[in-house]
Amino acid sequence: MTTQGRICIAGIYEHPLRKAPDISTAQLHAECALGALQDAGLTFADVDAYYCAGDAPGGITMMANHMGLNLSQIDGTEVGGSSYILHLAHAAQAILSGRAKVALVTLAGRPKSDPLKPPPPGPATEFEAAYGIATQNAYAMCAMRHMHDYGTTSEQLAWIKVAASHHAQWNEHAMLRDVVTVDDVLNSPMIADPLHRMDCCVVSEGGGAFVVTSADMARDLGKPLVVLRGAAETNMGQDHGRNVPLTHTGAAITGPKAFAEAGVTVADIKYASIYDSFTITVLMQLEDLGFCEKGKGGAFVADGNLISGVGKLPWNTDGGGLCNNHPTNRGGLTKVLEAVRQLRGEAHPKVQVPNCDLALVHGTGGLLGVRHAAATAILERIA
Amino acid sequence: MTRTLPEPKISPELADFWAATRDGRLLVRACRSCDSPHWYPRTICPFCGSPDTEWRDHDGTGTIVTYSVMRRAPVPYVTAYVELTGGPTLLTNVMDCDPDALAIGQAVRAVFPKTEAGEAWVMFTPA
Ligand SMILES: [Zn+2]
Repeated sequence: MTTQGRICIAGIYEHPLRKAPDISTAQLHAECALGALQDAGLTFADVDAYYCAGDAPGGITMMANHMGLNLSQIDGTEVGGSSYILHLAHAAQAILSGRAKVALVTLAGRPKSDPLKPPPPGPATEFEAAYGIATQNAYAMCAMRHMHDYGTTSEQLAWIKVAASHHAQWNEHAMLRDVVTVDDVLNSPMIADPLHRMDCCVVSEGGGAFVVTSADMARDLGKPLVVLRGAAETNMGQDHGRNVPLTHTGAAITGPKAFAEAGVTVADIKYASIYDSFTITVLMQLEDLGFCEKGKGGAFVADGNLISGVGKLPWNTDGGGLCNNHPTNRGGLTKVLEAVRQLRGEAHPKVQVPNCDLALVHGTGGLLGVRHAAATAILERIA
Repeated sequence: MTRTLPEPKISPELADFWAATRDGRLLVRACRSCDSPHWYPRTICPFCGSPDTEWRDHDGTGTIVTYSVMRRAPVPYVTAYVELTGGPTLLTNVMDCDPDALAIGQAVRAVFPKTEAGEAWVMFTPA
């Protein structure tokens, strides 16, 4: 059952806080939910499907009860930062099947004040726990191999951060609003070779939410109609030690599937929200989604090609995870929000893409090079 | 490197692996049905689904596929993927080395540093 324009993102909200020591994580979720419902012109009483991930305090039933929801669809799919893009696709299916009418998706967290606990150890942990795999060195191993295989340089990676900073300067809520240069990135301290501090995203608190309905319902709600054209999700591990994917990602699978479902090609995309835990994350996903050939990502991102109004592919115009926010170390939901703003024409005027009618959203949850889930969604403004 | 190693949470069905590492030997799990070695060890082959799997001795030689030096840790350490001779490739650490002298493709050999309880992890050092 393809969505093909029958499902809308009817409401969005991004919490303005980036540090939230004086508000509970549950309250953050609830405020995000309320904001997205108000944006849609709906109320908590309208919600009959709820989607949240491992960041929901007390789990999905506690948060659902906390907000007074009466549900016919309950989906706590937890695949890290990509969860919310999967939630979007799952909500679309639930609405298309007639099992739900109004789906709410929330993310919120406070990694400094109220950090998430890691999941219980699993079968791979038995053979990996001693090796000190943190987020930074996992992605760094991908970058090291990408540089070895394709000649990608630290200067090229730095351009990704430069682009994010150019966008973040216009976002009053962004954590890092100073425009930076390639040299600034290269001169920032080395965290895990070859990734510098400025190759890494921010650690931020906060959250966001969105509301999914049928296009028929959204038409009566008054916002510009942003429909889901196509979506895909997948998982990727280490190929059990045979051919460990170090220079490609799940986007190589989800990108083509989402484009096929949407009936569009990469050349049609006017704006892209692409997960940016690190600069290398963006580069590998851009290649895998088909914005350039595998191995040519370095040349593609250089010289401001991702800067709105400057380059060919306006990307993460809110400043993304690299500069704006990365609520509780999860980037997927905010990627949806900025894509919807672009499609509605509600992005900051300095970064708004003219006639933005087709956008791509892509997220990764977990660790590239170790194991992750990936999800792509293609959104279109139809009215 | 003087990082404290955690105790492995040993699955009963894979206890032979950890008994071997305690003796300084590396076992790789492989499938008799599709003849593929895999990592990490499982009793059911993740490639073909066959339960007909066995332990095979490995001499612990291999090469670095990729690596990174974690500079921001109290004691910097090297994570790496090492491709064992004949496969498979595993996530690991390279220890007792000059981190700035490592390279992709470099030959390494297995070592078996011990935990406080006497269990031993598989790590590598330049050959
Ligand atoms: Zn097999």
